[in-house]
Amino acid sequence: MAKRVGMEVALAVAEAVGQCNIDMAAVYPITPQSHIGEHLSDLVADGKIDAEFVTVESEHSAISAIIGASGTGARVYTATSSQGLMLMHEILPIASAMRLPLVMGIANRAVSGPLNILNDHSDIMPQRDSGWISIFVENGQEAIDVSIQAFKIAEHKDVNLPVCVNIDGFQLTHMVEPVEFPDQELVDKFLPPRVPFASLHPSNPVTMGAFAMSDYFTEILKAKDEALKNSKKTILAVWDEWAKMFGRTYKPVETYKADGAEILLLTMGSMGETAEIAIDELRAKGMAVGLVKLRLWRPFPFAEIKEVLKKAKKVLVTDRAVSFGGPGGPVCGEIKAALYNEAERPAIYSYIIGLGGRDVTVGDFTSMIDKVNREEVNTDTYEFLGVRE
Amino acid sequence: MIEVRWHGRGGQGAVTSVELLAQAAIGVGKYAQGFPSFGPERRGAPVAAFSRIDEKRIKVRSGIYKPDVVVVLDSSLIGLVNVTDGLKPDGILIVNTTKAPADVKKELNFSGTVATVDATAIARKELGVPIANTTMIGALIKMIKVMELDSLKETVEHRFGRIAQKNLAAMKRAYEEIKISN
Amino acid sequence: MTKKSGPAGWQEITTGCVVLRSGSASEYHTGTWRSQRPVWNDQKCIKCGICYIFCPEGCVSQTEDGYFKANLDYCKGCGICAHECWPRAIAMVEEG
Repeated sequence: MAKRVGMEVALAVAEAVGQCNIDMAAVYPITPQSHIGEHLSDLVADGKIDAEFVTVESEHSAISAIIGASGTGARVYTATSSQGLMLMHEILPIASAMRLPLVMGIANRAVSGPLNILNDHSDIMPQRDSGWISIFVENGQEAIDVSIQAFKIAEHKDVNLPVCVNIDGFQLTHMVEPVEFPDQELVDKFLPPRVPFASLHPSNPVTMGAFAMSDYFTEILKAKDEALKNSKKTILAVWDEWAKMFGRTYKPVETYKADGAEILLLTMGSMGETAEIAIDELRAKGMAVGLVKLRLWRPFPFAEIKEVLKKAKKVLVTDRAVSFGGPGGPVCGEIKAALYNEAERPAIYSYIIGLGGRDVTVGDFTSMIDKVNREEVNTDTYEFLGVRE
Repeated sequence: MIEVRWHGRGGQGAVTSVELLAQAAIGVGKYAQGFPSFGPERRGAPVAAFSRIDEKRIKVRSGIYKPDVVVVLDSSLIGLVNVTDGLKPDGILIVNTTKAPADVKKELNFSGTVATVDATAIARKELGVPIANTTMIGALIKMIKVMELDSLKETVEHRFGRIAQKNLAAMKRAYEEIKISN
Repeated sequence: MTKKSGPAGWQEITTGCVVLRSGSASEYHTGTWRSQRPVWNDQKCIKCGICYIFCPEGCVSQTEDGYFKANLDYCKGCGICAHECWPRAIAMVEEG
């Protein structure tokens, strides 16, 4: 059994990536991601892992460099945050269209403006439709596990898609907490070397990223969409294998005391465990409440989310980003869409919480649930938690 | 669960302290968190860092607003920062100062336990630098008794290498020399 | 004009739309776009190779005796070679 150690989560993520036999990484520093890139660079410089670490001049170059390297068949990694992710934006859909397996750690941080370096999900949300597999983690151990799983998912012959691992900035990246690393031998067994479906090599030239006009564009995008939807099978299989090998289970939608709950709270990311305490407190008072934690953001787990939510009377969806002028938070929009065709569906309440690092306490969760319980908030609008009037 | 808030100035090593404490606690089989006050790091500016230690897995990830213990690495912060803010009335305040604990207790009008130690003098003597962050871990361990001082040995050796023994000596002295006023 | 051939439905598209066969672009004869063609006057040509360097299609090549010619399967008739040729050895002549 692996030993439990205390380590800052960002460093632990770099260590975990270092266990994955990567060939190349390109990372540009940005708070709160920087400790991942710095530590990975240390691991390479100290000769602890045999990989190229390319110091690039921007995030746009970082993602472009790993796309090129992935095209040659290499196992590649990058990590970024906020404005860095925004700068990568134009390249993200190209990576997925080219069906190149990449793994990217995102230390989720608010997007400017105003300039803010703290945690929310406004950086990943604009990337939602770029065709990447997008997974959220809620603690350091999950950050390690999913960072390793991500390579296996991305490189699987039925997937060949980029994967991003969403790790809440500061709340996770800057936390020293207990984690355990899987044994290297087991990681090697779990994660065999990449077998690319095609690679750039002078002895066997191929064309990647070719031009396509209206006569083929729709078919190519349809193929990409099917690939992303189909990737869920592989994700589930990889999580199953992980559970068997390492004893920790992962599901697209996790639940906590959701059985028989009339009100379900839904969170995504690092606030899940804090929310569990709120559920415990309210259950102790006799309230039929439960928690749903959305782990898999893309491909969106429609079947699983419907199964969990449809029996509840009320669902309180929390979002860590704003879809300005839209129907509520981006997560809430998806939840509503998922349930629209159900004959019996719960009332859905939308709360925007924890923007730009604003703390959300156990008491905040209990008071939100309380307001929903007493119907002091409406289903046809969305609330900004704690906003000063 | 014990929650600790550390006050220091940017560069005085409050973050290192919470990291070492968490690592040592985890090393002896406990559960712990160590984290900075999130945000930009500015040398000399007042900063805070936080520790949580428990026997069972810690779920909460929100901030610490009602700490059981406050550690002040630099007494010049008193008056500049409200160091007893939210500190439980029966909590513990540990200050790096030459003053007697009774004087600090009176000055801050704090109802709980106050402990003082001249950690800067100890650090200057043992480490050759007036940086009291590791020294104050010794003072904290004396007051909260969550683990033996020896439990820090492996963590400190891993972190400081050849100057580890000096840090351990400074911690031991603070552990022994701390003065307490209930 | 060369007839393009490729997969009909989305299922037949290669992963990542990768073109696995090398040199397939040469099957596309861009020479059908041409309305004028370059004609070299070897009396004026000084064999400097400017036309070869500037041709955006890469279809200008040097002959064994050192003069230049265009592969008309690919020459689009853009006239850049004629424009750049400072001894004015290349004339653009109407096709047809």
